[in-house]
Amino acid sequence: MEVLLFGIAKDIVGESQLQFTESDKVPSSVSELKRMISETYPEFGKLTSLAVAVNSEYAEDNVPLDRNDEIAIIPPVSGG
Amino acid sequence: MNQRRYIRQTTLKGFGLEGQKRLAKAKILVIGAGGLGVPVLTYLNAMGVGKIGIVDNDEVSITNLHRQVLYGENDIGESKVITAFEKLKAQNPDNDIVVYNTFLTTKNALEIITDYDVVVDTSDNFPTRYLVNDACVILNKPFVYGALHGYEGQVSVFNYKDGPTYRCLFPNMPNENEVPNCNEHGVLGIIPGIIGNLQALEAIKLVTGIGEVLSGKLLIFDGLQQSYQKIKFKLQPKNLEIKKLQAFYEWNDPCEIVPIVSVDELQRLLIEKAQIVDIRTNEEFTNFHLPDSIHIPLNELEANSNKINFSLPVYLLCQSGKRSETALRQLRNAHPESSVFSILGGLNQYLAECS
Repeated sequence: MEVLLFGIAKDIVGESQLQFTESDKVPSSVSELKRMISETYPEFGKLTSLAVAVNSEYAEDNVPLDRNDEIAIIPPVSGG
Repeated sequence: MNQRRYIRQTTLKGFGLEGQKRLAKAKILVIGAGGLGVPVLTYLNAMGVGKIGIVDNDEVSITNLHRQVLYGENDIGESKVITAFEKLKAQNPDNDIVVYNTFLTTKNALEIITDYDVVVDTSDNFPTRYLVNDACVILNKPFVYGALHGYEGQVSVFNYKDGPTYRCLFPNMPNENEVPNCNEHGVLGIIPGIIGNLQALEAIKLVTGIGEVLSGKLLIFDGLQQSYQKIKFKLQPKNLEIKKLQAFYEWNDPCEIVPIVSVDELQRLLIEKAQIVDIRTNEEFTNFHLPDSIHIPLNELEANSNKINFSLPVYLLCQSGKRSETALRQLRNAHPESSVFSILGGLNQYLAECS
């Protein structure tokens, strides 16, 4: 599972992507993925507004995840 | 219309004289004449959009010049919309340029937007973005969204033919300080140029009917990877049901009165050994602090508020006076009976005036 990070999420994690490899426990849903990232990066847990896409489609918290999914975490950005 | 001026466009297959005529009849409003607004304005004007409105109330600052390429050093301190008007008129006198020397507010948004076919949101803050969204939904106007973060940008077209809106992607405004803006975070000069040009292209498509409009798709551009991602998203029908604007879009009620004290008064308070609470970070506090001040970093304020004696007045101090206002709201919500003040201008002002 590949998780692409954008905006402030990328800044918090310090990488533009996270990988879940064969041996890692893979989150079962979008909300579990958010929880797992928050456990490692508490600042991420403070973000109240985030769009998540699974395989390039917007996904609500209850969308189930599969090991082969490509995920994007997209916080709103305001700069102009 | 000077036919020769647009001949490279009118000979373009799929655009032609018909496309050019549509541009000449089009009315496009650009909200913000900054990093994104400048490329949008420059191209819409060069290409022959008949009426272009510009909303902004800023002045040109030296820190704008690396990305807002319409302005030069001689324009520093001048009104952005007036300067933009003059430069755009010199670039192409054919078009009608209308300037609104104001920020977009709940009072003027509907009145200004109603005269236009398409809105391009090139603002630089969340309250304006949500205001633009809601006003466009109410007036049934499509709007081209663009926003930046560092080396990245986002583009989409919202509210196009009952398509999804900004709130379908980001239902609610993030909390204050959750997402930094360009002023705090920095931006590479070329990035707003790229994102603004993508917005201008979508605006041109909307008014001429060429190509496929970027509706229901969020384009994410990463300048460091030179990569474009497109995310599909759907309409949440309730987001089209907005019938009136919110009372205010700012994070804080603009009519709210924040009790403040000046740095002159701080001098007196220091002599009186009043209760001064420094809410800056550990690092800032270690570097410098005032004698006898209580130190509680802002992010620990709730957990450590027992260090404060709420039967006495509380004077909150930070570096510039901004975080102390945030702290004031936190404490006032948690301790409504308390008497809390923010020190205006913070340590910066104090050190400049009183030391």
